[in-house]
Order: sequence, then C-alpha cells, then structure tokens
Amino acid sequence: MARAELMDYDKALELFEPVIGLEVHVELNTTTKMFSPAPNPANSAYHGAEPNTLVSPVCLGLPGSLPVVNGDAVRSSISLGLALGCSIAPSSRFARKNYFYPDLAKNYQISQYDEPIAFEGSVEVELANGRVFDVPIERAHMEEDAGKLTHVGGSTGRIQGAEYSLVDYNRAGVPLVEIVTKPIFGAEADAPELAKAYVSTIRDIALSLGISEARMERGNLRCDANVSLRPRGAEQLGIRTETKNVNSFRSIERAVRYEIQRQAAILAKGGSITQETRHWHEDTGTTSPGRPKSDADDYRYFPEPDLLPVVPSAELIDKLRAALPEAPAAHRRRLKAQWGFTDLEFQDVANSGLLVELEETVKAGATPAAARKWWTGEIARLANAAGVDAASLVAPVHVAELAQLVDSGSLTDRLARQVLEGVVAGEGSPQQIVDIRGLAVVSDDGALIAAIDEALASQPDVLAKIRDGKVQAAGAVIGAVMKAMHGKADAARVRELVLERASAPVE
Amino acid sequence: MSDDLIRLSAADLGAKLAAGEVSSVEATRAHLDRIAAVDGAVHAFLHVAGEHALETAAAVDAKRAAGDELGPLAGVPIAVKDVLVTKGMPSTSGSRILEGWIPPYDATPVTKIREAGLVPLGKTNMDEFAMGSSTEHSAYGPTHNPWDLERIPGGSGGGSAASVAAFEAPLALGSDTGGSIRQPAHVTGTVGVKPTYGAVSRYGSIALASSLDQIGPVTRTVLDAALLHDVIAGHDPLDSTSIPETWPSMAEAVRRSDVSGLRIGVIKELDGEGFQAGVRQRFHESLDLLAKQGAEIVEVSAPHFEYSIAAYYLILPAEASSNLAKFDSVRFGLRVTPDGGGTVEQVMAATREAGFGPEVKRRIILGTYALSAGYYDAYYGSAQKVRTLVQRDFDAAFEQVDVLASPTAPTTAFRFGEKLADPLSMYLNDIATIPANLAGVPGISVPAGLAPEDGLPVGIQFLAPARQDARLYNVGGALEQLLEAEWGGPLLGSAPDLSTHELTATEEGAL
Repeated sequence: MARAELMDYDKALELFEPVIGLEVHVELNTTTKMFSPAPNPANSAYHGAEPNTLVSPVCLGLPGSLPVVNGDAVRSSISLGLALGCSIAPSSRFARKNYFYPDLAKNYQISQYDEPIAFEGSVEVELANGRVFDVPIERAHMEEDAGKLTHVGGSTGRIQGAEYSLVDYNRAGVPLVEIVTKPIFGAEADAPELAKAYVSTIRDIALSLGISEARMERGNLRCDANVSLRPRGAEQLGIRTETKNVNSFRSIERAVRYEIQRQAAILAKGGSITQETRHWHEDTGTTSPGRPKSDADDYRYFPEPDLLPVVPSAELIDKLRAALPEAPAAHRRRLKAQWGFTDLEFQDVANSGLLVELEETVKAGATPAAARKWWTGEIARLANAAGVDAASLVAPVHVAELAQLVDSGSLTDRLARQVLEGVVAGEGSPQQIVDIRGLAVVSDDGALIAAIDEALASQPDVLAKIRDGKVQAAGAVIGAVMKAMHGKADAARVRELVLERASAPVE
Repeated sequence: MSDDLIRLSAADLGAKLAAGEVSSVEATRAHLDRIAAVDGAVHAFLHVAGEHALETAAAVDAKRAAGDELGPLAGVPIAVKDVLVTKGMPSTSGSRILEGWIPPYDATPVTKIREAGLVPLGKTNMDEFAMGSSTEHSAYGPTHNPWDLERIPGGSGGGSAASVAAFEAPLALGSDTGGSIRQPAHVTGTVGVKPTYGAVSRYGSIALASSLDQIGPVTRTVLDAALLHDVIAGHDPLDSTSIPETWPSMAEAVRRSDVSGLRIGVIKELDGEGFQAGVRQRFHESLDLLAKQGAEIVEVSAPHFEYSIAAYYLILPAEASSNLAKFDSVRFGLRVTPDGGGTVEQVMAATREAGFGPEVKRRIILGTYALSAGYYDAYYGSAQKVRTLVQRDFDAAFEQVDVLASPTAPTTAFRFGEKLADPLSMYLNDIATIPANLAGVPGISVPAGLAPEDGLPVGIQFLAPARQDARLYNVGGALEQLLEAEWGGPLLGSAPDLSTHELTATEEGAL
C-alpha cells in the first residue's frame, strides 16, 4: 500500500485498538554452534569468515551425522530466560520442525515446540515519555539457525526472479533463543515505540549477560512484529500480520506504525486483513505480502529422537540466577545517579538506545559527559544521515579514545569530527587516523610563534591596536594563524601566544 | 591354506595372527580371493576395497612386527554394512540417491574397528536405507542366500549376513532397526546381535529411524560376536543417545557360559500361529537342550506384542520421513534436473523421484501422513503409547525371567519375489524381532539347526533387559556349544560349497 493510502495515525488509533506481539531471535555468541563442533560465526572471533568455512558434517546435515546439544548454549538460554523473569522447565525437549528449503541442511530445523526451556515471564520496558510497561513473555526456546541464501540475478535480491542462489552454511546451526511475547494490550499510540523499546531492552539484557553480540545490523538480534487491530469496544482480536526483515530499531518502530495505518485503512473500507507474513522495505518504508500463513503450514513437529531431554539441575539454575546482572530498569537508575545526568540528559541517551554504548565508552576511559556529547551529538547525526543505528557506526572504545584525544588537547572538536568520520569509514582507530592524516593539533609553540610573528608583521595596525589594549583585535591575527596551520591549532593557545608576542618588547 | 583361513572363526584367526602363524595380509588376501570367487553369485558386497584392505593389513602386520600391543581381532578382516559411512569409501545405504558419494568421515563403529586393527574389506549390500527383510529393495540388486542362491538372505542386512555365511568375511557390521541383523542371521545360519539401544554409537550410521536403529555384530560364532561387540560398544560423545556407562566384557560372558539356574521365558505370543513347523521344532529342541543343562523354561505372556508391528510401521516411517529429507541434491549425492532446468524445489522433487525406490517412497509417504497435523495424535501419538505398553510387557516379563526366547523369524528363507508384491507379509517377517527395538532391549539370534521340511537354517532369538547384553552371550554361547556337540561341528559346515559355481569376480569399486 502506498503511503498516501494509509490512514492517518491518530485517526487509526481513534477507530482501532492496536495489539502487538513480538518475536525476537537472539543469536548466542558461544564458541561453537548449537549442535555441532563447528565455530560459531555469531561469536565475534569468527565474524566475517569466508562462506562455508565454519561447517562440520553436522551443520551440513551429512548422512550419518548427529546433533549434540551445546551445554554453553543451554546455560546462556537459561540465563536469558531467568533475566526475562521466566520459569525454567525442569525438563524441556527438542523437536523437529520439518520443511524443505535449500538453506536448511537437514530439511528440518531442530527447535523446541511444546516444551520450551523457559516460559511465563515479563520484562519492564520504559518509554521516552517515562511510561513503564511490563511486557508479558510467553516463552523462550532454543533452536538452530538456518544457512544464508544469496539470490543472484533478478532485481529484488529475493528468490523470485533470481537466476541462481548461493548457500552459505556458516550460519546453519548458530544457536538461537527465540523469545515470544504474549499479545501486548494497552500500548495504544505508543505501540510502535514500545516495540522498539522492548527489542532495545532485550538487547540490553543480552549484552549485560554477555551471551550475544546483539548487533541488529549483523542479524545477532532479529525481530518479527505481529500487529492486529480491533475496533474500539470489540472483544475479539483482529487478524494479525507478521512483519519480517525489520533489521534496525528505527525500522521496528516504523514497521509497526505502518502496519497500524495500513490495516486501519483496509478495515475502515470494510476490507479484511489477510493472515500473512509481510516483508518490511527499509527504502520505501512499506511492507509487502510474503508467504500467506495458514493452517496449511504443517511442520510435522515431533520430538527429536537424536537428542535427550534437557534437564538442568536445580543447582545450575540457582547458580545462574545468582549470577544474573541487574535488570535493565534498575541498571538505568543506577547509571543515571553515577553519571550525574539530569532527567532530560538521561532520557536523551536512553531514548536513542545508546545506554550500552555510553556505558562501554565510559568504561573505556571517557567522562560520562564526553561520552554523551559524542554519542547523542555527532555520531547520532552521522547515523541519522546514513539511516542506520548509531551503535553500528563506531565502537565505544574508539569513541573513548577520541574523547581522550580532545581532553588531552591533541585534537580540537573540529578535528575530532574529521577523525570520527575516518573511524566510521573504517580507516582505523582515532589515534591511527590522527597519525595517518596528520590531524593532530600543532602544539609546537615554536611553529605557532613563527606564524604569529609573520601575521603580526603583515598586520602592523593590529599589533598597534593590541598594544593600545584593544585585545579583541587579536581575532584577526588568530584567524590568520589558524588558516596558516590548516586548522590544526588550539585557538585558545594561539590567543595566549598572540597576546604574549604583542606585548613583547619591539626588537 | 587359503581355504582354511577363510573358514576360521575370527577368534581363531586372531589367535593365529597373534602367534605369527599367519599375517594379516595373507588372511586379507584369502578373503579377497574368496570374494572374487563367489561374490558374483552371492552379491554380498556393493564395494570391495581390496587395495585399501591390503594396505591396512600390511600396516597391522608392521605394528605387530614392531611389538605393538594389539587387540584379539587385530588383523582380522571385516565387512561393513553400507549404512555406515566410511571415509574415502562409497557409502550408499543401498540407495541410488547416494550413488558416488564419498563421505569425508568415518562412522564411530568404523573408527573403533580401525583402531582395534580390524581390516575393512568393503561395504555390504542392504535393502535401500535398511527398509526391507530380503535385500530385494537394494537399488543395486539383491544379495543371494549362500544356502540357496534362489532365496533371500534376509534384510535389511542380507549382505553382511551372506558375506559371513559365504566365508567372504569372518565378521561383519550390521544395523538393526526392526530385525535387520537378527532376521538375516536366522535365514543364513549365522549369529547376529542387536545390542541395547545406546550401547554402540549411531554416529555415522545413515539414519533410518533414530529411536530404533542400533549397530551390532554379524558373525559365525557367538564368541566372535562378543569380541566384536567389545570393540564397537562404548560411550560416544558424538551420539547423545549413547549410554555413558562402561560395559563388562561380552567375550568373558561367552567363555564363562553357564545356564544352570537361568530362567528362560518363552513368549507365548511368538510361538504358535504363523510360525513354520520346522522353525518351532528347532526352537523347542534348543530349549530342551538348555533345560537339560539346568535352565528353567517358563512360559510368559507379552500381551501387547501383537500391536508391535502396527506401532513400528508408524514410528519408523515418521522418523524416516524426516531423516530422509536431507537427500535433496543440494549438498551431496544424486542430482536430477528436470528437462529445461527448474527451480530448486523442482530439482529436489525430480531427484527424490528418481533416487528413491518404491519401498522408501511408500514409507516416506506413510510417515509424512502419520506426522501431519490432525493425524499426529491418532497415529504417531498412539504408536508411542503402544511402545510404552510393549516396554511394560518386557518389564513385567523380566521380573519373572532372566532372558526371553522366541524363534527369530516365522519362516525360513523365502524365494525372491515371493513377498515383494505384498508389503504386509514382508513386514510380518519382523514380528518377533521388532519388540526389542521398540523397547531398546538387546537381542541375539543363534543358529538352531535346519528346518526338516526345507533344509534351511533356523535361528533362535534371546532377549535380555536393557544393559544386560552379557546374558545373551552367556545363553547364546552355551546353546551354540550344546548344538555343535550334537551336530558334530558348526551348522555352516553343512552349507553348500559355493566354489562349484561358475562366477564372475567383482572388481574394486564395482557395484
């Protein structure tokens, strides 16, 4: 549906109550895969490996191979389940989800079906306006990821119309935890923002547990958003759609908002919603229908006979529970106090979904104020211009390094922005870029004094004015010196030196 | 000399090798010669790895010469059922869909036999993906029963049983999902053991039905089976269903055979209607012999065994339909592209249409149906309940007795084609063997003689509680000793002399 045909958002909310449900897949960063000894590309040590190099007979589904459950993945899943306030099943089982697809080596996915490892929890999620939601969690279950298809030829990059497709089985068997919410009622106009804030909270939890790299742009964190509308006053839930391919926090919010407006427009005209999977298009800000979802989807689930039930001991669960980090909401309260931010400053950071980045940056040596300035300022601006999440642009350690270079006087803010652009472009660390591009502030007083003397000599009237006590005249000399230094000088120091030289005895 | 070598038991051959009376290369060459002489008629092998075997044998001989400590079966040749993947050797599971595929890894039981110094001779024929009781469902043609070349050698492991019965190998590995080791042993006058589920790793065994499959020994003597069992059993971290505990020596159980005071339960439901008279006669004669040695024979009832076949033919196809989904042409094996190309789905469909035989297709369809939404509870769910009831029957029976006994199969070897058109009558061959797979308990089939009416071999089956495999070797070893004393030698001594057949040799890599 073209954006022009959508119903006005406020109007849609007036007529309908939105109900959302979210499915978040978290890739665990264990050393090896869910059921195979092959290295796990969702662990940063193996990120970016050549296609089909992180494989074993198990993840290729070779005849005779058998899965073995990765104990670390189970422990990570239990920790995540506990952090989501879930109960941990004393015994849970894997099941086979059967369907043919070329990225699925065995043509079945090992997942959990009727016996998930974690169930019935809730997560506290805070919105920008201060509203706090308890998002109810239905379940969290373990499963393996599929391989990755690249469709070559055709215009869409999708399988339809492609000439051929390439399969990379590196991702096949990556451990996943799928977290499914119950239907979320009552968010009303905040539903899109809640969806975003919820996923952001899941990310915070995963990072605080250290169980996932949790980078959306790498697919470590993936969200499917279910949206349905029901007329005001109606009891029965409307028919839902499931939007996939929402790969950034920003697009989660946009996609939910879009679906509310699209469905409202159809329903208001007396139409009906088709239960289906929809595909989010970042460029057009719209969704298009994917595979229709119906009862005809029959995955022929049955208990995985190659694996035993997962039976974690009560001791293990207690141990993992005792080791849980603070919940994100409590964590935020503590950070706010530690950093000494005002309500507004803290909200600004939290709403940008940059708390973790800030924390990492402070940990890496930056002051909280400097970290906030960079992340919510220049980095956010660059991210916005590129239409990506700020976190994907630059690593916290680099931001800290940049802030320290400024604090030590090696860089001016203006130079630091140039250095940041270099970091974003992947040219190296701030210090490396300073060295390569020769961007450091000229702190050699000798070079500055030479330039000042030259400028003073060419502007004798200015010298006279300064000597007359008209200190503001020094601005012209400072400008000339900065120009001569190609901006790589600390203006304050130049000013000091200009005044010093001007008051020196005439030779 | 060569003929003597192939007729030795594995235990005796191992002893001669250890004593330096014969080299592994000589023993291996003798068996390769035998294969060349008779396998054209028997067709036990899908692949003979002669050169590889001789190299392996030479390496074992070198180790022995260097004074390395070697196991009792070091240097002894062995045939491997094609269901097990073997590095560098074709592994087809009897199917066209895997033709030409060379696995990059060894199955764990294969690794174990290699480590024990055994010499793999090649891969043996089987019903496609182990689905069948006659090897008639092999995509590469049936194996012939060495007792009568017009008859089936049993299945699915007819190739392994026939290779041992025809003296092409002293030992073989088999797999038993519903009787594929025991029923071929029954019709070929050999010994076959299905160990406790989880005793032998399934890693590298091309799965038929994961919850039923078990790898085990196929031999001519009970002691040989025990020695091989001791080599292949044990925990494997690559198979989650593998039992972690260590096992007592099965060979010791055979050597210390003593049935006095042993309580043997005759399963009432497997001793009557549908069983050939000569099969029952030899069964009861065996029991009488054991009774004379002090065993106590009692009748027990297993009321739910009659539902075993029905439950089995839901559970097996359900698991198989999923296990066999991976054969889609994308990563390995056959690829058939429809005329004018096609989508990946069309290529998958065309490959599976061309690559699977009719019995495999029948079971995939059965299993797919049994797992479908709306039918799951009625079929797969009910079958699992029956499975529990069968397990309870075993539990109740083993409260009264130490081991159970029955004929291994209802009839002696039937003729080719006799049951091919009637899948149900084919399935009924496994009526006595299937309950053990459903319950995960171990079973052995030992030769009990020749049926008077047709002169063909008959086997007796013993079953023991899970993890009590040693009891099978105790009773099996004792009975073998008693019967051979009566017969004046092994049963296979009276098998026809295959060397009178005009034969064509199989060549390296030939199928």
